[in-house]
Amino acid sequence: MTAVVRAEGLGKRYGRRWALHDCTLDIPSGHVTGLVGPNGAGKTTLLSLAVGMQAPTTGSIEVCGGRPAASAEQLAKVGFVAQDTPTYARLSIAEHLELGARLNPRWDHQLARDRVDRLGLDPKQRAGKLSGGQRAQLALTLGLAKRPELLILDEPVASLDPLARREFLQTLMEAVAEYELSVLLSSHVVSDLERVCDHLVVLVDSEVRVEGEVEDLLATHIRLTGPLRDVHALPSDQHVVSASHTDRQSTLVVRTSSAVLDPSWSVTALGLEDLVLAYMQAPDESRASRALEVLR
Amino acid sequence: MIEFSLDSRSGVSPYLQVVHQVRHALRLGLLREGDQLPTVKDVVARLAINPNTVLKAYRELERDGLVAARPGVGTFVTRTLADTSLAAHEPLRRDLRRWFAKARLAGLDDESIEALFTSTFRTAQQDIA
Repeated sequence: MTAVVRAEGLGKRYGRRWALHDCTLDIPSGHVTGLVGPNGAGKTTLLSLAVGMQAPTTGSIEVCGGRPAASAEQLAKVGFVAQDTPTYARLSIAEHLELGARLNPRWDHQLARDRVDRLGLDPKQRAGKLSGGQRAQLALTLGLAKRPELLILDEPVASLDPLARREFLQTLMEAVAEYELSVLLSSHVVSDLERVCDHLVVLVDSEVRVEGEVEDLLATHIRLTGPLRDVHALPSDQHVVSASHTDRQSTLVVRTSSAVLDPSWSVTALGLEDLVLAYMQAPDESRASRALEVLR
Repeated sequence: MIEFSLDSRSGVSPYLQVVHQVRHALRLGLLREGDQLPTVKDVVARLAINPNTVLKAYRELERDGLVAARPGVGTFVTRTLADTSLAAHEPLRRDLRRWFAKARLAGLDDESIEALFTSTFRTAQQDIA
């Protein structure tokens, strides 16, 4: 399968701070990829590098087989809906579509008009008068009518109410089914992405912590609960993602592809949200060593 | 035509939920041979889920010989799971209802009924095995 986004040692520095550091990614096409991480983790930086609005400080990134924004042809392949789904407040919906048609060589008139019809929007209405949900749908319509190979969305549903959020994701998934486009979308709310993503990238502190197919990730991560234990004494194929200890009990999230044989652990499956949270709280070395002292 | 629903807190992966719901409908006779399953696009538009999830579920049903995809048309049921035992469902259901009413009368609450039912079901399974 071809990669829709491929990054090698990608980094971006603002002044002395690295917003993104040594990021290596290989996102296959035909997937809906969720980019998750806390605020300030570097999600927006990664997306704007992928779109080509910024140039990398180190490393390289390829999107749909080319350097981002390198040519008109390349620009036509990638659609982008920026954070808070911006539109031109003073332009009407019809003017937005007109603008889209003039700026994009592959513009799909029919799709754009059908979508506006189905949303029940008046083409003469100014975008500034739309509700948040309607504005998001307009921005999504523009992104889809461009007929890109990859659609990138930065926190598209963060500011929407639950109903508008659901409607937005319905439209997006319907388009994925119909046009076979790849999607890369970011969110700091994992539960929004659980149903829609089949590929996941977790970004924390400017670095990629884990990347993979959602099902593989869910199948290989488990939670172990048992009597207090030194995390360094685990079998070598159990990679500790997060660990917390009380004076009697250890709770670990580990990544492993084989069964846990130690009977003193109780093993439970992990949901996507817990999995991501485990990566956000890196194993706390100081607490682990304190637990060791208790053991002695 | 049937409609799918998803329980995000069940811990069962969405694709398996779709598979289960089709099998369930086949077993209860809600879906019969020749019936069409909702198109991937319809399911996706209704549930706001990833199309690959639905495709995966349909592929698994196809592998089990329960449905067949006709390119450009849709996915159709080829075999039903409701065997000759379907006729026996109704009297059994009546017995079960009567049993539930009895349990209620004896003062059992929902949780106790469920616990009693599940544990008896399990022991009965072991007896057969």
